[in-house]
Amino acid sequence: MAKVKIRENYHQARWDEPIIYELSTPGERGILVPQPEREIREEAGDILSKLPENMLRKEKPNLPEISQKHVLAHYLHLSQETLGSNLNNDISQGTCTMKYNPRINEKLATLIHEVHPLQDESTIQGLLSIYYRFEHMLKEISGMDKFTFQPGGGSHAVYTAASIIRAYHESRGELEQRNEVITTIFSHPCDAATPSTAGFKIITLYPNEETGVPDVEALKEAVSERTAALFITNPEDTGIYNPIIDEFVKIVQEAGGLCFYDQANANGMLGIARAREAGFDMCHFNVHKTFGTPHGCSGPGTGALGVRSHLAKFLPVPTVEYDGEKYYLDYDRPESIGKVRGFFGVAPVILKAYCWTMMMGADGLREVAEISVLNNNYLQKKIEAIDGVETWYAEGRRRLEQVRYNWRKLYEETGVGTDDIMRRIGDYGIQHYWTSHHPWVVPEPFTLEPCETYSKADLDEYAAVLERIAEEARKDPDFVKASPHKCASHVIAKPEELNDPSKWALTWRAYLKKHKKEEPSLG
Amino acid sequence: MGKIVYPYIPNSVPEIKEQMLKELGIESVEEIYKEIPKRLRFKGKMNLPEPLLSEYELRRHVEELLANDKDCKKFLSFLGGGTWQHYVPEVCDTINTRDEFLTAYVGAAYADHGKYQAIFEFASMLGELLDFDVVSTPTYDWGMAAGFAVRMAARITGRNQVLIPKTVSPDRLLCIKNLCKPYIEVKLIDYDKDTGLMDLEDLKKNISDKTAAVYFENPSYLGFIESQGEEISKIAHDAGALLVVGVDPSSLGVLAPPSHYGADIACGDLQPLGIHMNAGGGLAGFISSRDEEEFVAEYPTQLWGITETTKEGEYGFGDVSFERTSYASRENAKDFLGTQTALWGITAGVYLALMGPKGMQELGEGIMQRVAYAQKKLNEIPGVKTPLFNSAHFKEFIVNFDDTGKTVAEINRKLLDFEIFGGKDLSKEFPELGNSALYCITEIHMKSDIDRLVDALKKILS
Repeated sequence: MAKVKIRENYHQARWDEPIIYELSTPGERGILVPQPEREIREEAGDILSKLPENMLRKEKPNLPEISQKHVLAHYLHLSQETLGSNLNNDISQGTCTMKYNPRINEKLATLIHEVHPLQDESTIQGLLSIYYRFEHMLKEISGMDKFTFQPGGGSHAVYTAASIIRAYHESRGELEQRNEVITTIFSHPCDAATPSTAGFKIITLYPNEETGVPDVEALKEAVSERTAALFITNPEDTGIYNPIIDEFVKIVQEAGGLCFYDQANANGMLGIARAREAGFDMCHFNVHKTFGTPHGCSGPGTGALGVRSHLAKFLPVPTVEYDGEKYYLDYDRPESIGKVRGFFGVAPVILKAYCWTMMMGADGLREVAEISVLNNNYLQKKIEAIDGVETWYAEGRRRLEQVRYNWRKLYEETGVGTDDIMRRIGDYGIQHYWTSHHPWVVPEPFTLEPCETYSKADLDEYAAVLERIAEEARKDPDFVKASPHKCASHVIAKPEELNDPSKWALTWRAYLKKHKKEEPSLG
Repeated sequence: MGKIVYPYIPNSVPEIKEQMLKELGIESVEEIYKEIPKRLRFKGKMNLPEPLLSEYELRRHVEELLANDKDCKKFLSFLGGGTWQHYVPEVCDTINTRDEFLTAYVGAAYADHGKYQAIFEFASMLGELLDFDVVSTPTYDWGMAAGFAVRMAARITGRNQVLIPKTVSPDRLLCIKNLCKPYIEVKLIDYDKDTGLMDLEDLKKNISDKTAAVYFENPSYLGFIESQGEEISKIAHDAGALLVVGVDPSSLGVLAPPSHYGADIACGDLQPLGIHMNAGGGLAGFISSRDEEEFVAEYPTQLWGITETTKEGEYGFGDVSFERTSYASRENAKDFLGTQTALWGITAGVYLALMGPKGMQELGEGIMQRVAYAQKKLNEIPGVKTPLFNSAHFKEFIVNFDDTGKTVAEINRKLLDFEIFGGKDLSKEFPELGNSALYCITEIHMKSDIDRLVDALKKILS
């Protein structure tokens, strides 16, 4: 059995790394650019003199000048000051579905590095077949009838769903009347923000304090002839599954609204329950969560958006089709909402997700779901045994793939809050945990999601570390509040400056203007 | 074969699973799934292809699926039109394939200090290229960035119309139009058929106190350089509107940035800066402006600022004006954000650090020299006319085949026999330009490549 160990002696790399401009020496080069051959130069002549005078850049851009070794070293240092999920026990980032991102898939994705999306379709039949095959898999996993992979992230897919809902009601002449979208406070913020961007008013349902999910009465009160759609997650951020979700869907649909299921994180549901059986019109998956592709510090990802057949005509162009002999891109979709991103999505992410799913198969996906909920329930038992932790709502009911816990008791006892513990956990070689989306309905929250790729020893280690920090909070609260102590950097001295227009600095040049008396010498 | 132990699922070891169930006092995971009523459960086993359990089988399968595909290394390509083949320095790939950057996500700025610094530095270097003090964290792509920038302009001016020349990228226009719905009207402005430049008379005719912004692209989608920036800016500003300019950053070593001819907001795509085309997956947008409170307040993206930590001399980073964002304020936020394209932003930063000022200048100049050479050689082919517009061009230009008796589709099909991808067929998007294609030349094209294209076209058209 793997050893359970609290990493007492851990220390993250701390390179005290200068800003890249501070590494610059005039004249140094990081890479040379291929020069045109003599005949080309002679033919072209002084090409810049042929530019309209006002369009010529007068001074060279102030970029740093650094030799290649030093550029490489700088970025290697910065990478070592970043705790990717493949490196650590990343149960921390609940709602984010941080699982192992297989190396082989990265390797295979390089096969399409130099593919141009406008190449003749005959030269990308293999790639298009991967799109088509992966779409088939997602149709089976969700029960939806057609997918688009064009959105580049989860919120982007939810925005696309809102655009489709707008087009649907517009096509029926009801858009002016149907201008309200209903969501819940424990659904992701994008379930409120993206329909709002698309022009809808938002009604937010709050949970019943006992069950943790909104009451059906609250929904009925919100639904009317103005209802355009319901945008909802299930299980919500709390990990609580709403057992009457089909009733919610029915109420909205009977009032003429559509129902969108935010399945950004479907890890506990693969092969267990689908959008279709609950009656949803649409759903989406974050393939960079559930389907094993990396998060890339926050993208590129893909929000795969699936719809039932009555909404398929509104999907963005192009769709990927197969005529029995060849795959092709279909732009001829007159009722399409248009586009939400160039070309046909983030192809390498689709390729990696296809690889991941092919390696799993139906039994493997089911195993992913089962182990992720087993891991979660096992971890929950350990976390709840820590003095100072509570889990609100739905006592006695089991959570599925994640849990929103809280440190309310510990905070009242010690003054150490969830943000303090969030920072401190980094000192044990574990990524800072995710507290909660805003607003914090639960006080001093933290949200853990132990995906299938974590071992029992990982779960035990995680619980042991949190228990240790709770002890520290009681013994030496100031020490925890001053954390982190062993991460790549320390707590910010004046956080208020980040909201002060005279102090904030979004670029180095702005920083020099606002905070340094004189320009530092580049030499 | 017995029970499979999946390499990515450590607790699929039956003994461990048993032990954990026992700890929970339950017989099987089904006792957890009792939370989901039977009527909502999926019955049976999903109908999916047989899995490829070993890495070797998976690799064989994918390599075989892609074996007959071609790419722009096997074939010689002149495709652009929204994503462009540039040389990707090896260091860019070295950095963006490191698991530290590749697999990080929303961790705070202590354990993820390097991620914050790398994105801040990307913004700093792009800011120098654009001569602006504010640069967003990377967003989805140019089309989305342009749409967001127009929405920012509408909020800043309190107006609800954007004027865009008809030479805009049709795909980006679809993105902008969707993002502008339902509040902002998109109106198209004519262009001069001889030069491609915006028709200023038509602009003056259409601009009004309803106009929030004028948006154009430089270099334009059709490759020409819009040289009337100052005039357009004056017309926009005189009418109380903002100027938003979409720009290809690879041009900015030699071309004046939009801020120099009056742009209030710039946007564009990072893909040319060290990111592989990835079949369109390399796109990554940016938004940039002056550092004025009323502008910063309207950005939809995260903005990461530099500050100091409690440790003397140590830089720290954090979210600037976080309340703007939908992570903080849900439906009351400025539009929305989410997982976008951070890894490509880090990559673009690495690229700019490697290239330096001289590299960016040589890149731009070298591209323009190659374009001039290619235009001259192509023009010598009977029936071929290029450039169609009497303007300066950066890396793309129109080649017209009206007098060859062959369509672009036919020509491009024949070019495939020569292992060449011809330029993008414009005949559907811009029927008024006749039988034309958009050709793209970058620093990757050597003289022999251009000569090979010319020879092939001569054979096809003779």
